[in-house]
Amino acid sequence: MNAFAGSIDRPNSYIGRSVSRPNAKRLLEGRGRYVTDLVLPRMLHAAFVRSPYAHGKIVSIDIEEAKALSGVRAVFTGEDLASICAPWTGTLEHFSNMKSPPQVPLPLGKVTWSGQPVVLIVADSRAIAEDAAELVIVDIEELPALADPVEAMSAAAMSQELADNICFATKLDSGGVEEAFDAADTTVEQSFVFGRHTAVTLEPRAIVADYDPSENRLTAHHATQTPYQFQDVYSRHYGIPEANVRVIAPDIGGSFGMKLHVYHEEMAVVGASIRLGRPIKYVADRMESFVSDIHARDHRITGRLALDRDGRITAMDVDDLTAIGAFSSYPRTSAVEGNQVIRLMGAPYDFSSYRANLSVVFQNKVQTSQYRAVGHPIACAVTECLVDAAARELGLDPFEIRERNLIPDSSYPRTSPTGYQFEKLSHQVCLARLKSIMNYDALRAEQADQRQKGILRGIGIALFVEITNPSPAFYGVGGARISAQDGAILKLTPSGEVHCSISVTEQGQGTETIIGQIVADQLGIDREKVRVMTGDTDTTPHGGATWACRGAGIGGETALQAARKLKANLLAVAGLILQAQPGELDIRADWIVEAVTGQQRVRLSEVARIAFFRSDTLPPETQAQLSVVHHYAPQGYPFAFTNGAQGCLVEVDAETGFVKILKHWVVEDCGRIINPLLVDEQVRGGVVQGLGAAFFEECLYNEEGQLTNGSLADYLVPMACEMPDIEISHVETPTRDTELGAKGCGEAGTAAASAAAMNAVNDALVGHGAVLTQIPMTPTRILRALGTI
Amino acid sequence: MKARAFDYMRPKCVQEALEAFVSADGDASYIAGGQSLVPALALRLQAPGLLIDIARLDELRGLSLAGGHLRIGATTRHCEILGSNLVREHAPLLAKAAPFVAHPAIRNKGTFGGSLALADPASEFPAMALALDAIIEIASVEGSRRVGAGDFFIDLYETALQPGEIVTAVYVPLATAKTRTAFDELARRRGDYAIVGAGIDAQMQGGFVERMRIAFLSVGSTPVRVRAVEAALTGRQLTPEAIRQAQDVLGTELDPVGDEHTPPEMRRHLARVLLGRLLGRLEASR
Ligand SMILES: Cc1cc2nc3c(=O)[nH]c(=O)nc-3n(C[C@H](O)[C@H](O)[C@H](O)COP(=O)(O)OP(=O)(O)OC[C@H]3O[C@@H](n4cnc5c(N)ncnc54)[C@H](O)[C@@H]3O)c2cc1C
Repeated sequence: MNAFAGSIDRPNSYIGRSVSRPNAKRLLEGRGRYVTDLVLPRMLHAAFVRSPYAHGKIVSIDIEEAKALSGVRAVFTGEDLASICAPWTGTLEHFSNMKSPPQVPLPLGKVTWSGQPVVLIVADSRAIAEDAAELVIVDIEELPALADPVEAMSAAAMSQELADNICFATKLDSGGVEEAFDAADTTVEQSFVFGRHTAVTLEPRAIVADYDPSENRLTAHHATQTPYQFQDVYSRHYGIPEANVRVIAPDIGGSFGMKLHVYHEEMAVVGASIRLGRPIKYVADRMESFVSDIHARDHRITGRLALDRDGRITAMDVDDLTAIGAFSSYPRTSAVEGNQVIRLMGAPYDFSSYRANLSVVFQNKVQTSQYRAVGHPIACAVTECLVDAAARELGLDPFEIRERNLIPDSSYPRTSPTGYQFEKLSHQVCLARLKSIMNYDALRAEQADQRQKGILRGIGIALFVEITNPSPAFYGVGGARISAQDGAILKLTPSGEVHCSISVTEQGQGTETIIGQIVADQLGIDREKVRVMTGDTDTTPHGGATWACRGAGIGGETALQAARKLKANLLAVAGLILQAQPGELDIRADWIVEAVTGQQRVRLSEVARIAFFRSDTLPPETQAQLSVVHHYAPQGYPFAFTNGAQGCLVEVDAETGFVKILKHWVVEDCGRIINPLLVDEQVRGGVVQGLGAAFFEECLYNEEGQLTNGSLADYLVPMACEMPDIEISHVETPTRDTELGAKGCGEAGTAAASAAAMNAVNDALVGHGAVLTQIPMTPTRILRALGTI
Repeated sequence: MKARAFDYMRPKCVQEALEAFVSADGDASYIAGGQSLVPALALRLQAPGLLIDIARLDELRGLSLAGGHLRIGATTRHCEILGSNLVREHAPLLAKAAPFVAHPAIRNKGTFGGSLALADPASEFPAMALALDAIIEIASVEGSRRVGAGDFFIDLYETALQPGEIVTAVYVPLATAKTRTAFDELARRRGDYAIVGAGIDAQMQGGFVERMRIAFLSVGSTPVRVRAVEAALTGRQLTPEAIRQAQDVLGTELDPVGDEHTPPEMRRHLARVLLGRLLGRLEASR
């Protein structure tokens, strides 16, 4: 079924090749065009007055002075926009009994997190809008804030619309858990805390909303990864026909899931543009990003493993309490992470008794939602830390205990105790590869040597399973208008080049590059002759765009099938011109050739010239189809699961609690690799985000629900100097659900990096009576665990 | 994050700068490297009506030897301190601290005088000015005066500078053959403001401490000299026992504050560790 093995040597065989990104030079030269760069005629600028309290009743808002300031064009409060915008509620039908209060752009009577936008000011410049913001007087009566997840479980409901503070709760139980724990030879139990963190994209959120009342047409230039979803949202909530809404996502400076959720600011700016009939720009500044971009993680988990005498896992039992914001985010909700946490637990291992309890609770904090590797790092860390704890208990080497428990590579297809269907994974191969690239035995010997000198090194490993290529089972079945399919349009130019517009989008990861590779490869033309366009709902077909690791697997397959269709059309015309059977022809290096001999017959550009300008020379009745449209929706397995293994080497300074990350290794299997260079970049970037979570990043809140470190001086993103060398190795197990065979790799790095790091730190601290089960592992937490302070 | 509107002027000499400040009735701020002031303006933490740019005044520039001191002009940039042979030879402690000040882009603009005038207790150079017993030269419309570093840092962001006064230069006593120095800090990420940092400037003779000055950064509202520790070590050899005793004295002398990442006891502990490590690695100038 997969047609690529051994084909790398063909001319124009680009699949599997490390080619550079065509857009890299443009971006490096500063010629990128981001939303911020956009200047439209009559454009105005937005700024917001935000709530200083996490929870409170709005007593009054005085906007008179602000309105009177020269250069201010309008000031909007709750009613002004609620009257034209249908409210939104972040629930999905397949999460039964899930609840969330309805949202409107600007609050009506109540604020529910510190930093919530309350008043929108529109002015001739952002500076003037900020001047006016200082003149607005918002009188808020402060109410007690829900700032502790445990308290939220029992506290009175924060929202009048709801009975309690539980957004969603669910249980999984495969049966046999109690019995397995009763019968176990060894059990281990640990309690974990995973801090909140946030995406910190280089480019902040940005929008220019441009409503034209003469045509009832909205154009939103929007820094988002999902333009089609926003076309739908703006259309439905502002009552504009979908075809009249155009969303353009130009160059995007990073996204990581953060730019696919509905935010009050963007909704308010669209509403304001509708009211004023003028384009309005809003670009979040960094302080605003911290208090309004989605946060993620924030889990408190207790996990238990039961093992038999041979160190085989017999059962797993987990309880996850996860805290979200004051409402569930829209339209993807804030419950997906918790749901994935409990379903990915123990995924690499061969056991059948599993039980989980999930509670998702509201807080008076910024909304949380999907951010790179949704749920994966949490499930992975809990599982892998417990496995290491069991290994220590049983006196087994971390590799040994995993070798005993992995699902054998020969035993697929499999269904996990949590209901996930695995087509084919490669844990055993990956684990063996990891051991060899780490040079594990030598590393252990060196660790022992260093210990003699008082230097504490630690080695940690972690295995992961990643969810990619989601089918409609992800959102569609829950009633969300989020597409699992993608579409592509391929057009031949009269010069014999190909223009491809496709619904997967580019945020810096190289989507356009791999799509171009696939199209060129399948058509047999030079990569330079394929121009890929993404991110404009008017010029590309509707599709899922980019999230959850689907660009290569689903978008790539769409491009592949579209290219094959166009190729068939082109060979048909060529056959007529050459009076040959299309089946005997092929396209190679921009030539129509004899398929068997490779003999060049006519240039593709010549075929194009004839078809476009001299159709009179073709046989009568010929209608050459020189453009094709093709859609592809994943079928077969609901998800294409991938897997891999990571290793981490650290040195802990037991006196200061500082950790130096010395090296990190990743073995990963994303199926067919289209561009090894880009896969490596994805993995490295993902690892850095995972190490950020492990050691640096945390949104800290005080008891009043105030974020206390909302700036880049205080919120520590991982920086190059602290990052180790990251060595990567690949295993390829293509999915048979597609011709291309590609699965996702964008979240693989993040999925297991923090777990490997935790195991490494705990390995270093063996014999010192300290076990870290909370991330980030800060020097303070390490010294506390050691009892030093 | 846009600053409120302000006027801007670039005076031709210090006198003109001083007079401009007076005519603005105090609603003005000097700007040197702008690396602290500009963020404060953008965050609207400060909103002066007038910025008086002193970065290009010749009178405030330059590194030179003057009367047994190294004269550091106020607008000497951090990168110039870092790259200067004069500094390495005559003020080795400053040379050791300089790589820890921020990142290259900020060091290319930020100034020595600006750092002292701002008096951020987490900054390296104010603490090193204390450890070096530097003298700060200050100009006002009334004339020029000199203040010892020990009297310069008064409270959080508060110095002996009166409104409108300009730091013109800093004078650092020259290192001698007996000089031994050490600097280090503990920061979560390279270039961050440190959780705690310290510099030591000592005169050693035959293994004995003749004189020692130790200054800490990030442990209080000002840079802090730990005189009791200095006294405990003066006249002694730096034996493990002497170092341990010094660490104990430090534990009682320091009263650090906490922040969202670091509780006070963590700071105190790290300060002790750092002191021990620095005393173990005092070294000659070059
Ligand atoms: C991201 C970042 C990281 C940083 N990290 C560090 C760090 O690790 N360590 C560190 O020490 N610093 C750090 N800094 C601050 C930097 O070193 C500043 O340059 C320095 O603190 C101020 O110097 P400046 O010349 O930029 O002063 P400016 O920003 O121009 O001015 C600061 C204040 O001092 C006043 N002022 C300036 N010069 C004079 C003068 N000659 N006389 C009287 N008043 C004057 C100004 O009026 C203003 O109030 C960092 C800055 C940034 C942006």
